[in-house]
Amino acid sequence: MSKFAGNEIIHQYLRHNKKFPHVLCAGCGHGIVLGTLIRSIHSLGIPKDDVVVVAGIGCSGRLAVYVDFNTIHTTHGRALSFATGIKMANPRLNVICLMGDGDALSIGGNHLIHAARRNIGVTALVLNNNIYGMTGGQSSPATPEGATTMTNPYGQLDKSFDTVELARGAGANFVARGTVFHVNRLEKIMVQAIERPGFSLVEAITPCHTQFGRKNKYKSPVDMYNWLKKTAITVERYNELPENKREGRLPIGVFVERDRIGFEEQYYAMQRQLLKPAAKGGK
Amino acid sequence: MARKSKGNNSVTIYPDWCKGCGICVEFCPQKVLGLNDQGKATVVREANCIRCGFCELHCPDFAIVVKNKEEPVEVEMENGTPKPKAKAKPKAKGKGA
Amino acid sequence: MPRRKKRKEIFALGNEAVVEGALLAGCSFYGGYPITPSSEIMEIMAARLPKIEGGVFLQLEDEIASMGAIIGASLAGRKAMTATSGPGFSLMQENLGYAIMAEAPLVLVNVMRGGPSTGLPTSPAQADVQQARWGTHGDHPIIVLSASNVQECLDMTITAFNMAEKYRTPVILLLDEVTSHTREKIEIPNAGEYEVFSRTVPSMPPEWYKPYEETVRGVPPMPPVGSGYRFHVTGLTHDRNGFPTQRPEEIVELLERIHRKIDQFFYDIQLVEEIRTEDAEVCVIAYGSVARSAELAVQQARDNGVKAGLLKLKTLFPYPRRHQEKILAKARTIIVPEMNMGQISREVKRVNMGRASVRTINRIDGRIVAPSEILKVIMQG
Repeated sequence: MSKFAGNEIIHQYLRHNKKFPHVLCAGCGHGIVLGTLIRSIHSLGIPKDDVVVVAGIGCSGRLAVYVDFNTIHTTHGRALSFATGIKMANPRLNVICLMGDGDALSIGGNHLIHAARRNIGVTALVLNNNIYGMTGGQSSPATPEGATTMTNPYGQLDKSFDTVELARGAGANFVARGTVFHVNRLEKIMVQAIERPGFSLVEAITPCHTQFGRKNKYKSPVDMYNWLKKTAITVERYNELPENKREGRLPIGVFVERDRIGFEEQYYAMQRQLLKPAAKGGK
Repeated sequence: MARKSKGNNSVTIYPDWCKGCGICVEFCPQKVLGLNDQGKATVVREANCIRCGFCELHCPDFAIVVKNKEEPVEVEMENGTPKPKAKAKPKAKGKGA
Repeated sequence: MPRRKKRKEIFALGNEAVVEGALLAGCSFYGGYPITPSSEIMEIMAARLPKIEGGVFLQLEDEIASMGAIIGASLAGRKAMTATSGPGFSLMQENLGYAIMAEAPLVLVNVMRGGPSTGLPTSPAQADVQQARWGTHGDHPIIVLSASNVQECLDMTITAFNMAEKYRTPVILLLDEVTSHTREKIEIPNAGEYEVFSRTVPSMPPEWYKPYEETVRGVPPMPPVGSGYRFHVTGLTHDRNGFPTQRPEEIVELLERIHRKIDQFFYDIQLVEEIRTEDAEVCVIAYGSVARSAELAVQQARDNGVKAGLLKLKTLFPYPRRHQEKILAKARTIIVPEMNMGQISREVKRVNMGRASVRTINRIDGRIVAPSEILKVIMQG
């Protein structure tokens, strides 16, 4: 018996009436993230009916349709607001948001910071491919400085967002980063994120060869995975590195673990309190 | 777990799902896989497979299945959801109401 | 005749009446962002909903998120609503279109104020009528209701929820600042005295369920998320399974059904009040607070011997065409007073097709249209 849930099990979570292979390009890491998400849900033993996958727009938004959960493909950047509504309406459900970097950090940035501040019990999965893939390779807020894109043909001037620091600052309960190369680590992180009450955010670094790699000197999808293998380093080891050696390295692992209870729990606890005296024969 | 059980394993590739990205070929530690003339992954040296699972975990298209010939995985279903094998601890998040 | 049980009477603000109506209709989820002059709806909801078992009140970061949250709640089986005003209404348009496409029932109250932009936040206007009809992009059907007094605020909110649930569509309730900030006595109907409609849920086994299948009424049953019916909801054009599609025949089937489910129930949706229109030669068509001024003007005109009448629109869209056709049989003049540059008068003229002479009274200065102004035009014939 293998240690992990293999593709035979993954196949049981895919929609059999949907056309496969999925629409994403060859070598796109999004499929790996989806597989990892399925594995983590599987290892937690959560029934399909209790999982709601809320996706935004873009390549990451297209993932939801392939999995046999309750799936909702929302508007661009607004996935977290839909998810907030669902979680508040039915706190029993496990709500997982699939968003891209443009989705979560640019158009949906406001929803992201407020979901983190509110600490709503939703797991946000940010699939960061450093680019707007589906619309043809325009710069996103996660595009690294100096990179070439369709909208920055002479090189990106502005700095990119650090998703982890953003979520930490906004008060998220759990913040972690993983890559699609380090799949087992990513799965572990996702399991923790789904288990933890309150708002948890996982940034998954996933390469986009078609729109980002080709314009930035990566000859094949494989090159991009080699780049992840080379640059990613556990956060523990990263912290031990001297300042001058940190440049260009990508720390992965768990960054924030807090224990605030989720907003929905707080709300319903307040409601139970409010309803108590009324039972004594108020109105 | 006898993970390094060479010769015991079968590798299946779904050619119609494979998009030929080459990740499995590049990173297979035992060089079990190769690309065929259609640019799709194909099994070249199945006997060398140690069932490390890299290709299966990293296939973006879920197109590879690695099996132990002696102990095939049986997917048990419960209300349409596959039952987890390991110590299951079903735990929903935030039991608010 | 059995004596009617006495109704509870309260002295309420228009915005308060909206909340009363919503709660009677079974609303259990409010998501919103404060904006003048709709904020009282939110404030009263904030006090009331947490005290109702399962009731959720949520203040969100902006109007976009408000719409997102109530669509989410609606998909999760709740009767959900939000309230806003001018600029907030503009922000809600994108997700409003999503709700139409995904067929998520919800109620959106827009207390109109003067615009464009920040405009006249504390003064009345009826400037969002055409935005309510065509605000979100793409061809779409919409139900837009209005209310002209505080009692109607309550009644029409119940109606709005019922229509939303019956037709699986967002319903917009347009109020103006006068109606929503007027305080007057209203009656709260007793249980059983008003209709409450809740969406149809599927009864077939989940594996047979197709979320966007054709039905007799064009409205597919809708299970709450997490009830065992796993399906895909999307804002993309989709097939009967809810999966995105680009096939022309499937796109046409979907969009035609979404239109037809409202088109074929015009008789149920188009609500008007006809006041002395049976023999009216001069007929006023009005809605919202202006309809109140018009009612007085019509009375005064009758006292002066002019055969005047009033067609009060409670449903603005789909525009009550056949009711106007009916008054056109007698009326030689139609007067359309509005607190805008002429938004519903476009519809009136479209239906009129040159038969009667259409005269408009427009105010855009944040002041109400007074009865005397309308009377003056009526007397001119």
